[in-house]
Amino acid sequence: MTTPAPTIAAKQPTPDFSGNSPEGEAQRQVRFEERIQAGERIEPKDWMPERYRKQLTRMISQHAHSEVVGMYPEGNWITRAPTLRRKLGLLAKVQDECGHGLYLYCAAETLGVDRNELTDELLSGKAKYSSIFNYPTLSWADIGVIGWLVDGAAIVNQTPLAKCSYGPYARAMVRICKEESFHLKQGFEIVTTLAQGTPEQKKMVQESLNRWWWPVLMMFGPADAESSNSEVLMRWRVKLHSNDSLRQRFANSTVAQVKVVGLTLPDPDLRYNKATGNWDFGPIDWDEFWRVVKGQGPCNRERLRASRKKHEQGRWVREAAHAYAAKHPVN
Amino acid sequence: MDSNTTPETEAPMPLWEIFSQAKTGKPHEHVGSLHAPDATMALQNARDAYARRGSASLWVVPAEAIIASTPEDSPMFFDSAADKVYRHPQFYTIPRSVRL
Amino acid sequence: MELTAEMRGQVFDYLLRHADDRLVLGHRLSEWCGHAPMLEEDLALANIALDLIGQATLLYKLAAQTEDSGRTEDDLAFLRDPSEFRNLQLVEQPNGDFAFTIARQFFFDAYDVPFLENLSRSAHPELAGIGAKALKEAQYHLRHTQQWMLRLGDGTDESHRRLQDAVDDLWCFSQELLVPDSLNHALVAAGIAVDLEALRSLWRATVEQTLREATLEIPSDAQYMASGSRGGYHTEHLGYLLAEMQVLQRTHPGATW
Repeated sequence: MTTPAPTIAAKQPTPDFSGNSPEGEAQRQVRFEERIQAGERIEPKDWMPERYRKQLTRMISQHAHSEVVGMYPEGNWITRAPTLRRKLGLLAKVQDECGHGLYLYCAAETLGVDRNELTDELLSGKAKYSSIFNYPTLSWADIGVIGWLVDGAAIVNQTPLAKCSYGPYARAMVRICKEESFHLKQGFEIVTTLAQGTPEQKKMVQESLNRWWWPVLMMFGPADAESSNSEVLMRWRVKLHSNDSLRQRFANSTVAQVKVVGLTLPDPDLRYNKATGNWDFGPIDWDEFWRVVKGQGPCNRERLRASRKKHEQGRWVREAAHAYAAKHPVN
Repeated sequence: MDSNTTPETEAPMPLWEIFSQAKTGKPHEHVGSLHAPDATMALQNARDAYARRGSASLWVVPAEAIIASTPEDSPMFFDSAADKVYRHPQFYTIPRSVRL
Repeated sequence: MELTAEMRGQVFDYLLRHADDRLVLGHRLSEWCGHAPMLEEDLALANIALDLIGQATLLYKLAAQTEDSGRTEDDLAFLRDPSEFRNLQLVEQPNGDFAFTIARQFFFDAYDVPFLENLSRSAHPELAGIGAKALKEAQYHLRHTQQWMLRLGDGTDESHRRLQDAVDDLWCFSQELLVPDSLNHALVAAGIAVDLEALRSLWRATVEQTLREATLEIPSDAQYMASGSRGGYHTEHLGYLLAEMQVLQRTHPGATW
């Protein structure tokens, strides 16, 4: 019978995460690494190295910020969705993304940080989020392409995370992955419908694909050689595959889908490599990648402005809720 | 708003842990947490956040009300259960012809 | 259900009214997605919007079936002009701040619960079915908006002021909810439509009780009261709303999405 791990983070007034005990820091580190290698899950009240706690807080909160900021480009087309079915589908999808942000902020909180702190980091511009959401949605076709490629890429990234070493994050990812599959299908259905539609619709979706393809490949992060945290994250089973391997996996499955849909990719260097079985793609513009990551993409300022406005405008509502709860203690 | 200032950190909204019973007859399972100003709103929000795709019953509990065993206590609390074989049905033999 | 040609036309108009109400109100709520005071509320408002648009879809489908002239539910939603829309002026009002949205929603929900309760007993079986299903959703919506009416009304001075302003500004749209016209009378006689007169005191009771508990003043009825929307007379806001909502269908006639 295995030792049951506590699954709930009880918020204690002064948590002791220092790990001080007769055992000693080094021994705890060894034991920690053994547990991870054995495939055990680390839970909120378990001892963990400070670096593990910090890396996970950063990773999970970045993921949460991405879900929430992602509501802006996608939400941009809810009021213009062209049929009742598309309206319902898109609104449900964006609602799901909001829910994902919520699950992830709550998972991050189990590591000892408050959601308001994380919100402050986002609003101050300090926190990062997935760079893909710094691009604008300029046509209805973008909604299809995002569902197909952005959610598709997210699924490739996220499915392994359902097995990561940190319990609350892994559990949140299981829930998220279940909900993502309809997003991908919806996106692909929109793309297919447009590609088989009027000449204007076909042009719309091809143009959209031309804009989104390279930023989507950049979603997998910098090339392995440039990726600083990867090694320790992989040893701690927080990151389970390298950026390049996931990028290639995504490219391989997507190129086939592009052909089925009857569209083309904006990559003159795209070649099937018989020896490796991979689709070799052309050079990624890493200058663009780093510029956008550092805040110089087309929508970085706008996303931040929208996030700040949301927070500021909601302040009086949150204050009212607090005030009412104080006036009516037993509810 | 000046992009160089950090907004004042607000008073935290209370944290609630959410338990959902997938179907009647099943136990309630911990599904996650959320923030809400009070119990009524917590229950409302729990339904929207964790039961969009269905639930038979929801419990919301203030996070600080949960008293949990600590990992340090686990050996003392749980390991000796592994030795108490008399608690398991396999310890006992019953003639094959008897059905209980 | 067997309908005379005349009654078929009346039922069609009736269905459009209620479908338009829900589509327009759901559309307004969907504008909040990503902008609500907290994530939990983004989820809640999106949920109400989805329920309303879902109900609208069922009603448009039934309307299209009733009209039986080849128009689909999407044709009805996306290809009619503002003067052909039959929704209440209340639901087309822009969102304003959170207090305005909550007050607008509360006024509608307080009507919708008894309305759907009655609709679920309609002699028209499909309409009764839609009523029964939507009723559960409406009960949930009313609980949500009632809770916020209390929290904003009896919260801080600022929230109280904002909500009082919202209630005062929206009061003029409340009368239309419950004033029947000749179409309503004809269909009530046929056992199909809901008798709005019978709902009025229920609506008043719910609203007045909540306003009082929220420490808010009940506005006077001695003021301009909006009317005419069931006949296609709207405020300036509907034009903008539909221009945005219908743009793709209007720009690409006949296309499939």
